[in-house]
Amino acid sequence: MNASPDTLPLLRVTQAVKQFVLRRTLGDRVARRPGVLHTAVDHVSFELGSGEVLGLAGGSGSGKTTLARMLIRLVEPDDGQIMFGDSDVRAASGHALREIRRQMQMVFQDPYSSLNPRMRIGAAIFEAGKVHHQPGVDDEAAFVARVLDLVRLPASAARRFPQELSGGQRQRVAIARALAVGPKVLIADEAVSALDVSIQTQLLNLFLDLRDELGLSIIFVAHQLSVIAEVADRVAIMHEGKIVEIGPTAEVFHRPQHDYTRSLLAAHPSHTAPTPRGGSV
Amino acid sequence: MSDILLRIENLRISFGKDDRRVAAVNGVSLEVGSGEVVGLVGESGSGKSLTCRSVIRLLPPGGEMTANRVLFEGVDVQSLDRDALRAHRAHNVGMIFQDPFSCLDPTKRIGEQIAETLRVNVGLDREAAKVQALSLLEDVGISSPERRYLAYPHELSGGMRQRVMIAIAVATKPKLLIADEATTALDVTTQAQILDLIVRLRREIGMSVLLVSHDFGVIAQVCDRVAVMYGGYVVEFGPVADICNRPQHPYTRALLDSIPTIESAGQRIRRDGIPGQPPSLGEIEQGCPFVNRCSYASDACRTLELSMREVGPGHTSACPVTIGSGS
Ligand SMILES: Nc1ncnc2c1ncn2[C@@H]1O[C@H](COP(=O)(O)OP(=O)(O)O)[C@@H](O)[C@H]1O
Ligand SMILES: Nc1ncnc2c1ncn2[C@@H]1O[C@H](COP(=O)(O)OP(=O)(O)O)[C@@H](O)[C@H]1O
Ligand SMILES: [Mg+2]
Ligand SMILES: [Mg+2]
Repeated sequence: MNASPDTLPLLRVTQAVKQFVLRRTLGDRVARRPGVLHTAVDHVSFELGSGEVLGLAGGSGSGKTTLARMLIRLVEPDDGQIMFGDSDVRAASGHALREIRRQMQMVFQDPYSSLNPRMRIGAAIFEAGKVHHQPGVDDEAAFVARVLDLVRLPASAARRFPQELSGGQRQRVAIARALAVGPKVLIADEAVSALDVSIQTQLLNLFLDLRDELGLSIIFVAHQLSVIAEVADRVAIMHEGKIVEIGPTAEVFHRPQHDYTRSLLAAHPSHTAPTPRGGSV
Repeated sequence: MSDILLRIENLRISFGKDDRRVAAVNGVSLEVGSGEVVGLVGESGSGKSLTCRSVIRLLPPGGEMTANRVLFEGVDVQSLDRDALRAHRAHNVGMIFQDPFSCLDPTKRIGEQIAETLRVNVGLDREAAKVQALSLLEDVGISSPERRYLAYPHELSGGMRQRVMIAIAVATKPKLLIADEATTALDVTTQAQILDLIVRLRREIGMSVLLVSHDFGVIAQVCDRVAVMYGGYVVEFGPVADICNRPQHPYTRALLDSIPTIESAGQRIRRDGIPGQPPSLGEIEQGCPFVNRCSYASDACRTLELSMREVGPGHTSACPVTIGSGS
């Protein structure tokens, strides 16, 4: 779904760039060579519509995480423009930046990195909601129960600690905490990649439910093309920092235009066409 | 198929105190033909790695194994004394894992690590070991081997490190290569290259491969036969095409139905998935381990004695229910 001319896209990224100075090796230092600049995100442009799921695919090191983190300035962009509604993300600071970060929430592959192991799940959700003055926080138990219900966890989960839960449940909690602050966009960076298939499916359905029920937009970063194929409305394929192809998921996957997209699709292992490469001896 | 290289019969691996031992692997039987690629597929915790480790009797501390037999070329590895076991590990079986860092010495050049394996396990002298190590680097697709010989593990990409691991694992021309989630951490493109490499070496060296993966796609691409594991049991075993096209065990079917595919791009399908989660260690004391998540389950499943039943040529399933022809 592309934003039609009369509705502004929720998020518009134009020519975004991020460069890193590579650490100098011992050899470089001995020879007094300067650090090499590496362009992790190279003039990337895209738009995200309201209620849209945009998949971001590509090999490891292609710049997906860097791009995702730039959207909320966890990584500072070096160039380009990022507009969230009518706020200029690069120019924002203080309250405006906090508000942008409230509305665009990230969910990571490893929920351990975002959940405090010493905080009960209910408290973590409540704290997040309270800081951002979310409606309903005056009744802590009801607020927590309502948010947990969004991710299909029972209210009793509030008393648990993160480490008492399975990987899939922990990822639900990470999503719940993101939802507690009332975001418009979820940025899921490999959020289901470490999970087993049967659990992964449950989480994918949850993301789609959240889009339908809350009208959330989702940027769904994953290296597994098949996962993106089934969850995203549109997909952007990244390679060496550039978006080499972007379009409706079915279009890109069934009629890839770029060689890199073709090679990614060809390498993707599939169980639907078992073809032993060696054959029986 | 020709002769059997490895036959595991009724393998049990348990953990815990004497009176409260719980089985993590429960009556697994499996065979690998000579020159054959057999897959072990299943979700994490299903017992795949432990089953592999039984082949070289290298279990984590506290783990205890029993089996009717673990026959490698007709010899029961359970009966090997220390020296024979060392020789078995050094010559018969090569292993590669998900994380090559855990096996490579970060302080040594990779060429020297390969050469060392050749000196210690094959008995080559210094010069011959170096020549052979260079040729192995070339065999596993590492360009400019002379230069890479001098590299340290951290100077290589993940795919390169995995190639080095393979070079070490096949240096002794083992009869069996065990690849435990060896491509899981890699990019699809690199993964495809590593799988091709394994298949090529298998043909050239004539070795068998036991390939462990949680990814049915990977299994389907390379294996001749596959064992599906769940909760410490093998629930289905057979030719890979039969299992993918006509799964007979409800777990296999539900698992296959959960896997997203590229073909369905843009169709907005919602897969049912499998409700609940796999049993934890010791949770299942009798009956079928899948009973709580199975849509075909009846009360009888809670008490039945699990046994493999023939459901097709060379195709067995641990479920007494016939669920009809596959999707
Ligand atoms: N903080 C950093 N410092 C230096 N290089 C970085 C940093 N973060 C990422 N990179 C580099 O940027 C490139 C893109 O990385 P990343 O965005 O993590 O890719 P992806 O998420 O697609 O795997 C890689 O080459 C990576 O090494
Ligand atoms: N060192 C250990 N101590 C106790 N239990 C273990 C140990 N290693 C494995 N297990 C148990 O055995 C089960 C199977 O482990 P594993 O073979 O590693 O599974 P997989 O490789 O299929 O993910 C695990 O779920 C765990 O409960
Ligand atoms: Mg990343
Ligand atoms: Mg394992």
